[in-house]
Amino acid sequence: MPDYELRVNGKTRTARTDPDTPLLYVLRNDLALNGPKFGCGMAQCGACTVHVDGKATRACVTPVSTLAGKAITTLEGIGTPDHPHPLQKAFLDEQAAQCGYCTNGMIMTAKVLLDTKPNPGAAEIKQALAGNLCRCGAHNRIVRAVQRAAKAAGA
Amino acid sequence: MNPQPNRPSRRAFLKRGGVIVATFSLAGPAAVAQPRAPLPGSLNTNRGLDGWIRINANGRVTIHTGKCELGQGILTALAQIAADELDVAYARIDMVSADTARTPNEGMTAGSLSVQNSGTALRYACAEARSLLLAAAAQRLNVVAEKLSVADGAIGASPGRLTYWELAQDLNLKREATATVKPKPPARHTVIGKSIARRDLPAKVSGGAAFVQDMRLPGMVFGRVVRPPSYRATLLSVNEAAVKAMPGVVAVVHDGNFLAVAAEREEQAIKAAQALRISAKWRETPDLPPGGAGLYDHLKKMPSRDTVIKRVVPAAASGGKVLTLEAEYTRPFQSHGSIGPSCAVAQLKDGHYTVWTHSQGVFPLRTDLAKALRTAVSNITCTHVEGSGCYGHNGADDVACDAALLARAIGGRPVKLQWMRDDEFGWEPYGSAMVIKMQAQLDEAKNIVGWQHETWSHPHSTRPTSRPDGSFVLGGWHLAQPAPPSTPNNSPQPSGAADRNAVPLYDFPHQNVLLHFITDMPVRTSALRTLGAYANVFALESFMDEAALAAGVDPVEYRLRHMKNPRARAVIERAAQAAHWKAGAKGDGSRGRGFAFAQYKNLAVYCALVADVVVDRRSGAVRVTRVVAAVDAGLIINPDGVINQIEGGIIQSTSWTLKEQVNFDQQRITTRSWADYPILTFPEVPEVEVHLINHPDENPLGTGEGSQGPTVAAIANAIANATGKRPRDLPFTPEKIRALSA
Repeated sequence: MPDYELRVNGKTRTARTDPDTPLLYVLRNDLALNGPKFGCGMAQCGACTVHVDGKATRACVTPVSTLAGKAITTLEGIGTPDHPHPLQKAFLDEQAAQCGYCTNGMIMTAKVLLDTKPNPGAAEIKQALAGNLCRCGAHNRIVRAVQRAAKAAGA
Repeated sequence: MNPQPNRPSRRAFLKRGGVIVATFSLAGPAAVAQPRAPLPGSLNTNRGLDGWIRINANGRVTIHTGKCELGQGILTALAQIAADELDVAYARIDMVSADTARTPNEGMTAGSLSVQNSGTALRYACAEARSLLLAAAAQRLNVVAEKLSVADGAIGASPGRLTYWELAQDLNLKREATATVKPKPPARHTVIGKSIARRDLPAKVSGGAAFVQDMRLPGMVFGRVVRPPSYRATLLSVNEAAVKAMPGVVAVVHDGNFLAVAAEREEQAIKAAQALRISAKWRETPDLPPGGAGLYDHLKKMPSRDTVIKRVVPAAASGGKVLTLEAEYTRPFQSHGSIGPSCAVAQLKDGHYTVWTHSQGVFPLRTDLAKALRTAVSNITCTHVEGSGCYGHNGADDVACDAALLARAIGGRPVKLQWMRDDEFGWEPYGSAMVIKMQAQLDEAKNIVGWQHETWSHPHSTRPTSRPDGSFVLGGWHLAQPAPPSTPNNSPQPSGAADRNAVPLYDFPHQNVLLHFITDMPVRTSALRTLGAYANVFALESFMDEAALAAGVDPVEYRLRHMKNPRARAVIERAAQAAHWKAGAKGDGSRGRGFAFAQYKNLAVYCALVADVVVDRRSGAVRVTRVVAAVDAGLIINPDGVINQIEGGIIQSTSWTLKEQVNFDQQRITTRSWADYPILTFPEVPEVEVHLINHPDENPLGTGEGSQGPTVAAIANAIANATGKRPRDLPFTPEKIRALSA
């Protein structure tokens, strides 16, 4: 198995695995990152979403061999409990979750939206999150959290 | 960010990979033979005060509960109760939940009962512990206990002040609860009734270890299971040797029809499982029921246990002419559809299994694992660690058995096994397909004088049960020496299961409620949130609208006309008022409004709601644009928690109602991915508004399953209001709605 050098959350990390190994398993198992979650393995639900060069990417279908020289960011990379990203803070302020399994994908997808469009309307947020599944029915809270984060970032 | 209260045990485990926590007495004083007075809530079956509460010298309080966090916020609500009854700051409370070695046995976390059972127990246990602490302080201070006040664990005024933490060592909670100390009156609540932020969320928004999927233990390997291609397939051959030789493979388990692999790396386990699947040859039988409309005729012809659930015969039959109405409602098999497939970590060390699981019932699971593993219950510890939202009996228990079977083959090393998406869709036990036949008689004044409700359904609970017979974990069924299930029962009224909410809360003088309980399960079924109530309320509350329409009376007025229960009337009136319900308003062919009401189980939360829909007449597509609900949950522990549950239930039920159906051919389940099972997406989600009616002097009522029944019926009523055509066959897909109007 070859070694792959990955740039994750600003640090260079190495993983020894097969070229077709989905990035998700390397992040979770080799790098001990909990943010991205396994949901479907088929890019259908969004729970595994990470950023690759600033783009929302489904880690469950992204082979590790395709990531040389690219910047990978996970939920852990955008903020910490002590220094949360405005989205992380807004999700707490709005209590925008029930089980929280989809939360990673929601925050990571919303961040890309806010990076490109700082003040989206509710309809735009819903459209941006249309490919992220939530089963508990926290959708409206999530939309409010994204709006709140947008306001906080603009303030 | 909100400070995260310490979670001494589990969080430490997740971080450090193993801490031994001393177990302590759960039983209180040795069981005595004489009959004991009943105690409130789960105190009745878990009587030792020390099983619930520990006051620590370091200024923290540890609360033990047999209920577990499923994303419903229960640990936050229980901590609020404990803080208030003990008179300590909320931030001092640490929660330990659902662990066969450490917590009370409270059976399942299900049925919207956790606040009622565990919360009630904690109210009384904490009130009693507080009075014991005061008595100890009074003795030391040489004053009367009644004169002492407590603020955040500090007793009396300084100087001469004593704290709980100083008294901790002397406090003996190894005693049986008496429930003689009354919990605080609501007027003195300071934490109960507040929307305290959920204690589990900070980790979930920042990538902390929050789920069993996030556990990493030293030496841990990864497992995958290879299920048969259909329910009753038998394995003819499999090439184990080739798979064993694959990179990283640590073990292949082939035991009867049970196949699983473990490997050093997760992707290796997935590849090995795939190879095993390809090499396996199975014998299958085409034994599934017909799909489509044929399913329901088939269901009604299957052998069933027939029970009269309720019969009310009026003393004098009403004279005069009656108008008889009749209708039949149907609901397909529906999936829990957890976003995270089920997962467990298991380890067998020195003959003892430790299983970390997101099961809703660690004690019942342990019993059924013992049967499948052919070992003593005392050789197994099951510890709850959160998983993805489950909404009932999903794959959680099954995957725990799969992981334990793999752990047995590996010897010593822990194994984490997560189901793949298609394992979850294909093997989780679904919410049962149901047929409900309704009949009503209206007298000359157009009032309902007779009401018949007849339900056909498979079982709604085939969970592990702690019963001595039968095992309800899938892996055990597939072994060469199987641990087969026993015949499931239907829970009795007033809660019921298949017949849940089939008994009307309305005051109909003549009632006849029948259940045809079909124990044979060609398609595996079990508890999906609300059990039979979703479909029974769909039928009951749709039919109320059909009767109102036949009577020419506004649906809200018609409901009130038949309802005496004052709390039910209050939520009906509040929902109508909040939504600006206009009596007799007609839909315009596309837009419509619908009303519905239910008290979940006829004994939990009261919920009435109004749904607005827009129907695209050409395509048949239905959009639910807005739902306004009124809710009476008795004493509210955490208002935002109640709103979150009601709101989530409305959205989930909207998804079930408009979109969801599990499909199969003659042999196999064909619903295997989200592409086969679409659920509601963000742009399709209705706006939701929830109005709470607080009754602080009443008991808290479970809310987790309160809104799903009213939602489906209100949507059906809204579609009928909009189009003049009534949908009775779930889900309300564009094709079906289009066909109604054709």
